Amino acid sequence: MSYSWNWGVFLSPTPSGSGTYLGWLLQGLEWTLLLSLGAWVIAFVLGSLLGVLRTVPNRWLAGLAAGYVEAFRNVPLLVQLFSWYFVLPELLPRGLGDAIKQSDPLIQQFIAALLCLGCFTAARVCEQVRAGLQSLPRGQKNAALAIGLTLPQAYRYVLLPLAMRIVLPPLTSEFLNVFKNSAVASTIGLIELSRQGQQLVDYTAQPYEAFIAVTLLYVLINVCVMFGMRWVERRARLPGHREGQ
Amino acid sequence: MNLSSLSVAVLGCVFLTSAVQAQEPTGTLKKIEETHSITLGHRESSIPFSYYDDQQRVIGYSQEIALKIVDALKRDLKLPDLAVKLNPVTSQNRIPLVQNGTVDLECGSTTNNLERQQQVAFSNSIFVVGTRLLTRKDSGIHDFADLAGKTVVTTAGTTSERLLRKLNEDKQMGMRIVSAKDHGESFLMLETGRAVAFMMDDALLYGELAKAKRPGDWAVVGTPASLEAYGCVLRKDDPQFKQLVDATIAELETGGAAKAIYRKWFESPIPPKGLNLNFPLSAEMVKLYANPNDRAL
Repeated sequence: MSYSWNWGVFLSPTPSGSGTYLGWLLQGLEWTLLLSLGAWVIAFVLGSLLGVLRTVPNRWLAGLAAGYVEAFRNVPLLVQLFSWYFVLPELLPRGLGDAIKQSDPLIQQFIAALLCLGCFTAARVCEQVRAGLQSLPRGQKNAALAIGLTLPQAYRYVLLPLAMRIVLPPLTSEFLNVFKNSAVASTIGLIELSRQGQQLVDYTAQPYEAFIAVTLLYVLINVCVMFGMRWVERRARLPGHREGQ
Repeated sequence: MNLSSLSVAVLGCVFLTSAVQAQEPTGTLKKIEETHSITLGHRESSIPFSYYDDQQRVIGYSQEIALKIVDALKRDLKLPDLAVKLNPVTSQNRIPLVQNGTVDLECGSTTNNLERQQQVAFSNSIFVVGTRLLTRKDSGIHDFADLAGKTVVTTAGTTSERLLRKLNEDKQMGMRIVSAKDHGESFLMLETGRAVAFMMDDALLYGELAKAKRPGDWAVVGTPASLEAYGCVLRKDDPQFKQLVDATIAELETGGAAKAIYRKWFESPIPPKGLNLNFPLSAEMVKLYANPNDRAL
């Protein structure tokens, strides 16, 4: 294959004259981190809440959470993103929709991607948390209620602390997925990491260097997350408890 | 720099002469002869250059030129049963796919520029466009100067994107620039009011108009910010194939056949909606047809 390699491309100045192509990649990395971490906060809080709701002894609340999961888990992520970005402003009252559409495009793209990724991942976190809660022996809940705790107290002090430790490893993979899924934001124009990679290809016609660099940066993020989560798992381990291994 | 480019040119000449002397087909021609097939790269929505009609057939100005090149191949290689495979490409993957041999020839709407010449070869140019603006007729925008402080959309990976960003920084215009992933999405941004103008190659803007719900609402305005030459993309260091492609295109352009193809796609009703783009032959195009060349502009 006739390809002319040029690794120096990252240090060459961009056509607009300010900064280098490496600077573009780092800027993209920043947006990817900001988007993914923000979406993970939404996903974790909303997902845990929904996971609890799926197991409470109330048919309406459990059904509501189940409906949420079905909706957000069964629709492709890309379709969800396009709905948040293109469809939602058209459904709002005219004035509000126009105000959104005329605001700073970067903010619009970021908010749409943040909500999309957060809500999508929340559905997945919800199922993990539910699985964790359901894996606990039934006696745990009954014992907690028998010593006089209310249902919210039983979840807060007995059930969730155990269930969350059990589901830490699968939650780690969901956390990793958020970073990888954040690349869909490139389709609505958010200049995150993969988008900056594509941009580099467009401007320099050096696709292999650009995508190798982008790949390495994603790997770097994920290695950091893995080590971070290992540390959390070690810190959270209960002595003598089965899930710690 | 000068010395090295000189030595590259000398080396190129050496390869060229040795290949021509050999007479045996080499490179892509050899591959075509051995496999009895050629793979053409085409675009999916570059109207009217290379796109799908409503029956998912590939049509357009560039596609027609590609098929003329296939005819020349059939004739010169004496392969009347040459099979033509079609491979859709995007602005992002077209160059790697030509380099790695998936696609042998890509005729779409690819601008010939110096960065790309490092990776692939360009045929004689098949079209010259200017970059202009598409806007709503009542938007009050007549030229690039009117865009200050406004949101403007362009398609990611295009020369327009580059020009627009540069213009914004050089003249401190405070434009907000959105890059959409393809021309269809750029037009959607314009149509839904997210942007007041869409900057792109004028021929493609007329193509987007052809798809609009109400073409009468929109207008192409502004003095061209730059000129771009489109060429077909082929692998580098493949002198025999390039010679055949160039000769075919030159013959079409000087012999008047290219003009007929132009009239068919730019001055007559075209699929999918039967709209006439009414895009007259520009002075630059007349110049190109008179003097076929493979230079970047």
